[in-house]
Amino acid sequence: MTILGFLIPLALLMGLIGLGTFFWAMKSGQFEDLDGAAQRILIDDENDPV
Amino acid sequence: MNAPIPTDLGPTAVCIDSRFTVPGMRCAGCIGKIERGLGAVPGVAAARVNFSAKRVAVSHVADLSEDQLLEHIRKLGFEAERASENPLARDDAETRRLLRALAVAGFGMMNIMLLSVSVWAGAGGETRSMFHWISALIAIPVIAYAGRPFFASAAMALRYRRTNMDVPISIGVILATALSLYDTATGGPEAYFDGAVMLLFFLLAGRALDAMMRARARAGIEALLGRMGQGAHVVEADGKTRWVSAEHLAPDMVVLVAAGEALAADGQIIEGNTSFDASMLTGESEPHPARTGDRVYAGTINVSAPVRVRVTAAAQDTAIADIARLMDEAGQSRSRYVRVADRAARLYAPAVHSLAVLAFVGWLAAGAGAHQALTIAVSVLIITCPCALGLAVPAAQVVVAGALLKRGLLIKDGSALERLAEVDMVLFDKTGTLTLGEPRPVDLGVLDEDMRSLALALAQASRHPLSRGLAAALRETGTTPVQLDTIEETPGSGLTACWQGNSIALVPPEDQSIGLACDLLIEGGRTRIAFADPRRPDLPQALTALAAEGVKAAILSGDRIATVEAFGRELDLPARGAMTPADKLAELDRLRAEGHRTLMVGDGLNDGPALAGAHVSIAPGSASDVSRQAADAVFTGERLMPVVLALRAARMTRRIVRQNFALAAGYNLLAVPLALAGLVTPLLAAVAMSVSSLVVVANSLRLANAAKERVA
Repeated sequence: MTILGFLIPLALLMGLIGLGTFFWAMKSGQFEDLDGAAQRILIDDENDPV
Repeated sequence: MNAPIPTDLGPTAVCIDSRFTVPGMRCAGCIGKIERGLGAVPGVAAARVNFSAKRVAVSHVADLSEDQLLEHIRKLGFEAERASENPLARDDAETRRLLRALAVAGFGMMNIMLLSVSVWAGAGGETRSMFHWISALIAIPVIAYAGRPFFASAAMALRYRRTNMDVPISIGVILATALSLYDTATGGPEAYFDGAVMLLFFLLAGRALDAMMRARARAGIEALLGRMGQGAHVVEADGKTRWVSAEHLAPDMVVLVAAGEALAADGQIIEGNTSFDASMLTGESEPHPARTGDRVYAGTINVSAPVRVRVTAAAQDTAIADIARLMDEAGQSRSRYVRVADRAARLYAPAVHSLAVLAFVGWLAAGAGAHQALTIAVSVLIITCPCALGLAVPAAQVVVAGALLKRGLLIKDGSALERLAEVDMVLFDKTGTLTLGEPRPVDLGVLDEDMRSLALALAQASRHPLSRGLAAALRETGTTPVQLDTIEETPGSGLTACWQGNSIALVPPEDQSIGLACDLLIEGGRTRIAFADPRRPDLPQALTALAAEGVKAAILSGDRIATVEAFGRELDLPARGAMTPADKLAELDRLRAEGHRTLMVGDGLNDGPALAGAHVSIAPGSASDVSRQAADAVFTGERLMPVVLALRAARMTRRIVRQNFALAAGYNLLAVPLALAGLVTPLLAAVAMSVSSLVVVANSLRLANAAKERVA
C-alpha cells in the first residue's frame, strides 16, 4: 500500500502539468489561428538555402 | 521557417501596430504572399497573418501611414480594410474564462474518479477515509474555481428574486460538497465529490460550446469588408490630405471622396460631378447623378469620379442616425424573447426544489435521521440537476452552426436558431438581397478571349465598382489576365495601359446618359460593355425550396413602385415598392399582430430597423455594417440558398432539441424515484450522469448533415 503514497502524488502532478500546459497554451495564443497553422505547412520558404 | 520576416530598422526605431482585415485570403499562398510582400516594404518590422480571423497585424514605423500599408496590400492583389480595435476582446475573455474553468473541472474530475473507482471497488477502512480526504482536497479548490460562472449567475438571479437553471445547480453542488465534507470528517461510507465535480464539468462543456459558437460567428462577421464609410480623407489648408475616422469628422471639414468610396458624413459637393449609389439608403439600384452644390448623404457610395465634399453633418447628426434611432426602438421587442432552455428552467427549477424539499421532509416524517434525510435530498438535487438539459440545447446548436458555417451562413447565437425555426413568412429586400447589389456585365459575349485577358488585367487594378464587377465576372469564366506594367488610373476618366506597344484603355462612355456601361479601347477599337445589377444565380431554386417548406415570401423594397412590381410579377411574389424604413417596420408590426413570425432578409441601411424589428433576420455579407450588426445571421457568397438551408436546419435543430429534452426528461423519470427512495449511490449518480450526457451529445451529432442540400 505504501506505493500509493508515491503513485497518487505522481498522478496529481502529471494532471497538474497537463493543466498548466493548457493554461500556458491558451495564454500564449496557441489557439489563435488554428486554420492558419494547417495552411502554413504548405508555404515554401524561398529564403531556405537548401 | 514561417516566422515573420524581420527587417533591420536600426535599434532606435519605435514600431506601432496596425491591424487590417483581408477577406480575400484563401490559401497558404496568400499567407506567404502577404507576409513576404509586407515584410519587404521599407519601414515594416513584421507582418503576421491570422488566417482564421482573416486579419494581418503589421508592426511598422510611425512614418508609414495606414493608408500606405493599405495601398501595399492592394498592390499584392488583396482587398483590405482597417480593422477596428480588437472588438472581440470581451467575448474572447468570456470564452477563455469558461475554457479555463472547464480544464480545471476536467482535471479535478479525472483525479477524483481515480480515487472513487477504488472506493467503489471495495476499498475500506483507513484507505477509504484517506481517499475521501484526498478527494476533498482536490474537489474544494476545483469547485470554488470552476463553479464561479454558476454561482455568480445564481447570485445575480436571486438578487433580483428570480430563479434560473443555475440556482438548483449551485444549491446542489454546494450542499453535496458540504455534506460530503461532513461525511469525510466523520468517517462516513459515501462522498459525492465526484458527482459534484462531474456535474460542473458537463455543464461547463455546454456553456463553453455556446460561447465558442458565438465567438466564431462574430469573428467571421468582423472579417467581412465594411462598405460603409468608416472615415474620410480630410483636405487640410495646405492641400494635403489625412485620414480621419467617422466619429471625429466635424461640420465644415472638406473631404475628398474617391470613386468607389463610401461617404462617412452628410455634406454638399463643392467640386466635381459624379453619381452616387444610394441603394444602401433607399434600395434604388440606379445611381443618382450629383453635381457641385448637390447634397449627398452618409452611407451612399461615390460611383464615378472623385469629388470634394463639405461636411454639413457628421456622426450622430447624419440621416443615418434617424435610422439608428428607429432600430433601437425596433430591437426592444426581440429582447423579450425567452430562450427554450430558460423556458424549460422556469418550469424545471421550482419542480426540482420542491422535490428535494419533499424528499427531506418525507424521510424525516418517515422516521429517518436528519443526516440520512439530507443525503437523500442532496442526491435528488444532483440526480435531477440537468447535465443532459444543460447540454441538450448548446450541443445541437453548435453542431448545426458549424454545418451552416461550411455552407456560408454565420449564426450569431443560439437564440437566432430557435427563432428561425418558428418562421412562417419571409420578407425580402430587393437590391442587394434578391439581386447581387453590385453591377455585373450583362453579356461577356461581346469580348473575345484576348480582349477578356486585357480587360481583366485593367479591371483588377481599380477599386471602381464597375471594374470590380467586371473583374469578378471575368474571373468566373476562368480568364487569366495578361501582365501589364504601367497601368494608370485617372479618376473619372478610366484606366490606361500599354500592351505590346499599343495603348489600351477602360473608360466610361462619352455619352453619360447611357447608364451603367464602360468602353474597352484597344488600338482605337471601341467595345461597349453594358452593366446591370443581376439576380442571385439560384434565386428560382431558393424560392421553390422556400415554398416547399411551407413558408410564404414577399418583397418589401425602397426602390420605385413600377420596378419592384415588375420584379415581383416575374418571380410570382407579392411585392411593394417605395417603402421607407418606417413603412417596412409598420408592415412587420402589422404582420406580427396577425400572428405571423417573420424572417427579414435585407442588406441596406434602410432595412436596419426592419432587420432589428423582425422576429429573426438575415443579412448578406455585402450588407452595410449597420445591417450586419442588426441581423441575427449573415450569409456570404452570391447564392441565396444558405437562407433556405438555415431555415431548414433550424427546424431540424428544434426537432433534435426536443428529442434531447425528452431523453433527459426520460432519464429523470427513471432516476428520480430511485433517488427519492434513497437508493442512489455516488456510483449510480456518476454512471447515470455520463450516460445521459453522452446520449444527448450523440443525438446532436446527427445534425452534422442538417445543412446538406437535398435534391428536390
